[in-house]
Amino acid sequence: MTNPQSPRAAEITDVELVNRAKAGELDAFETLTTRYEQRVFSLAMRMLRQEQDAEDVTQQTFLSALENLNGFRGEASFATWLFRIATHAALKVIRKYKGLKTVSLEEATEGTGQVDSIPHPEYIADWRQSPEQLVQKREIQRLLDEALAKLDEKHRLVFLLRDVEGLSVKETAEALGLSEANIKVRLLRARLQLRELLTRTLGDPAKQVIQKHDHAH
Amino acid sequence: MKCEELLAMLNEYVDGTIDPAVCGDFEQHMAGCNPCQVVVDNIRKTITLYKEGKPYELPVQFRERLHSVLRQRWKEKHTAPRRRK
Repeated sequence: MTNPQSPRAAEITDVELVNRAKAGELDAFETLTTRYEQRVFSLAMRMLRQEQDAEDVTQQTFLSALENLNGFRGEASFATWLFRIATHAALKVIRKYKGLKTVSLEEATEGTGQVDSIPHPEYIADWRQSPEQLVQKREIQRLLDEALAKLDEKHRLVFLLRDVEGLSVKETAEALGLSEANIKVRLLRARLQLRELLTRTLGDPAKQVIQKHDHAH
Repeated sequence: MKCEELLAMLNEYVDGTIDPAVCGDFEQHMAGCNPCQVVVDNIRKTITLYKEGKPYELPVQFRERLHSVLRQRWKEKHTAPRRRK
């Protein structure tokens, strides 16, 4: 028996663990769970912002992975596969809360991505500190989570999968059941909105750049 | 290139997937436009900050419960009589 959290377990690749789990080794499956449970929970927390729901989604995700492991063919990484399952589970919770009012994510289409539909940056200033310095600060995570929570769901989910979890545009599109074009527009809006929100706190007022948007460039 | 056009291509530029044919125009615009330069820099920092951010802590009791549920289900699945054969 190997302890799922032993240092040795960290050396084994996901692919090998998946193969062992498929062959019936519970330890291998538990090691995979240990490896990704925090990231899945975290993704669910940021999608749903409610601990009980995030726990439910995390449990459903790993139970579903357990049931469907043989269907995992390794086209995507195991992590991407898990995030896709977690996203589907989180979307169900979101839709349940919204009830009949729900428009599907696909219906809630963005503008066409035309240039004039992109919100203009308003507060432009160099930041006082580098991201490397900022991540060391305890209060920064709260600021990041608060800014994320201010985004519309359709923008937040795209940003979480693409920029926080590192899925590709194509994988994000598949996980959310949207077109790649739609993902790109949402991602741009999410990034611009977060930039705006963070710069208002992290920007250096002394280094604020006054925009001369006469559009004459 | 106008500021608006630069904004529309921001993703491709920061993700390194911009068409090389327009990359020169993009950078030329930035070199002469301080607001756009700062916006691009802010965007890069925003993404880095989120990427480097800490995940939520998994509640310890939930972790124990989760593993216990998974072990239970695993045993049921692996000891269940096989229907086909």
